Amino acid sequence: MKDLSVILSGLKLDNPVIPASGTFGYGAEFKNFYDINILGSFSFKGTTQEPRFGNPTPRIAECESGMINSIGLQNPGIEAVVSEILPKMATYFKKPVIANIGGFSVAEFVCCAEMLDSSPQVGIIEVNISCPNLHKGGRNFASDPLAAAEVTAAVKKVTDKPVYIKLSPNVTSITEIAKACEDAGADGISMINTLVGMRIDIKTRKPIIANKMGGFSGRAIFPVALRMVYEVAGTVNIPIIGIGGIATARDVIEMMMAGATAVQVGAENLRNPYVCKDIIEELPKLMEELKIEKLSDIIGAAL
Amino acid sequence: MKQVFFEIASNILIADKVYELKLSGDTSGITAPGQFVNIMIGGFFLRRPISVCDWDDGSLKIIYKVVGEGTEALSKMENGRLDILVGLGNGYNLTECGKTPLLVGGGAGVPPMYGLCKKLVEAEALPTVVIGFNKAVDVFYKAEFEELGVQTIIATADGSIGVKGFVTDAIKTLDREFSSYCACGPEPMLKALSDTLTIKGQLSFEERMACGFGACMGCSCKTRYGSKRICRDGPVLRSDEVIW
Repeated sequence: MKDLSVILSGLKLDNPVIPASGTFGYGAEFKNFYDINILGSFSFKGTTQEPRFGNPTPRIAECESGMINSIGLQNPGIEAVVSEILPKMATYFKKPVIANIGGFSVAEFVCCAEMLDSSPQVGIIEVNISCPNLHKGGRNFASDPLAAAEVTAAVKKVTDKPVYIKLSPNVTSITEIAKACEDAGADGISMINTLVGMRIDIKTRKPIIANKMGGFSGRAIFPVALRMVYEVAGTVNIPIIGIGGIATARDVIEMMMAGATAVQVGAENLRNPYVCKDIIEELPKLMEELKIEKLSDIIGAAL
Repeated sequence: MKQVFFEIASNILIADKVYELKLSGDTSGITAPGQFVNIMIGGFFLRRPISVCDWDDGSLKIIYKVVGEGTEALSKMENGRLDILVGLGNGYNLTECGKTPLLVGGGAGVPPMYGLCKKLVEAEALPTVVIGFNKAVDVFYKAEFEELGVQTIIATADGSIGVKGFVTDAIKTLDREFSSYCACGPEPMLKALSDTLTIKGQLSFEERMACGFGACMGCSCKTRYGSKRICRDGPVLRSDEVIW
């Protein structure tokens, strides 16, 4: 019997496979495909203080081995999530969930974290400081170490839950941002968010995405994500959830060897709704082949 | 909704750039006409969402137009297996159609009207069909509709066959009252119908989407009853909820 379990800041997961925020909603659609309780956990749809409709459509553009999205944080708002969605989720997901929160001000992050703090269903609060779709006020917490640290410290102050900061790859030095978050008290790092990209419709000569640009994700970004996780793992001493282009058990092993304690699977869920189940079933076989008894033994093996 | 591996039975050209794809496999996930399927095509990241034309136990028929590289690749497949998510979206509500509904299809929006028409005839309703195309070479399924024993009017923009003009022009030639209307086609067509018809309608919309099952929020739209996902809460919306 292979041991797939990993520990994120005291939270023990049966396996390191976690669907990424924005690709799994609140789990309600995927539970029709398989029993989502086989997952390590899942990171729910990025939630903000107020309900948001998000960006104009089209919001999706296909790419070679990936896709661009410009959803713009569409969500029902933190109040509806706490009072309606979490109670519903309790009926079909029995494990602690990762609560992904977004915001346009420090106060908004704090408000969302405060409202989630008392929920026993929430295992980790994941703070999205890096959504590249929104251009409100021009302030981007993810690209400024001081701003990233400010959000981290403010959220830490209002919750006892482990706080993971989700980082943007669209920065000059991701290690500098990661270090700033660690120093400000972050319990872990989730990385990476999508890369800013675009496509143009050559018939209309206009960008396909209504908002012109969006976040590029999917298998194509795996090497970039892997490299960044490897760099950050060599810099910080807090756990990393590796995200970006993961689609197979092999990718999971590789990402963990780069220093990730767990992984999130994103865009692949949207083309193959069974991908996380497939990976969880495949992992023990690949571990057998690689003579790995305990999956957590390989964390950072390549460092 | 369900993932099913279908075998390709045939895949033939039936009009200019329009193919009829017959598949065999488990269709039990399909519950209403107007639903769609999402087809994985080798070499492409996202699936291709295409409306269901017709289905019965064990066989599925879809009609698609070659509009890009994905559908181009699909048109070249003669046999083999396809990974398809079936039973996506809500489809048309037959009860709301009433006894004498008007069914309107435009171009690539014609196929779901066939499955709907068939189900309505089975339910002993008396639908009237109006289908619009650009020109004669684009026309398909006239005979198939007529075989169902329903009046079928064709409109072409250039007048090369049937009534010259849009589906709305063809509807004007019908001096009759309808219980409701159902439509699928380009958005300007849907809007024109909504503007000219006073009866209740069920309209099928299209949007660029990723998952097709409601998770990614890529295809959201605003309606009078809040935001809806074209893939999950649609593609069929009621005429009174649409914000044009």
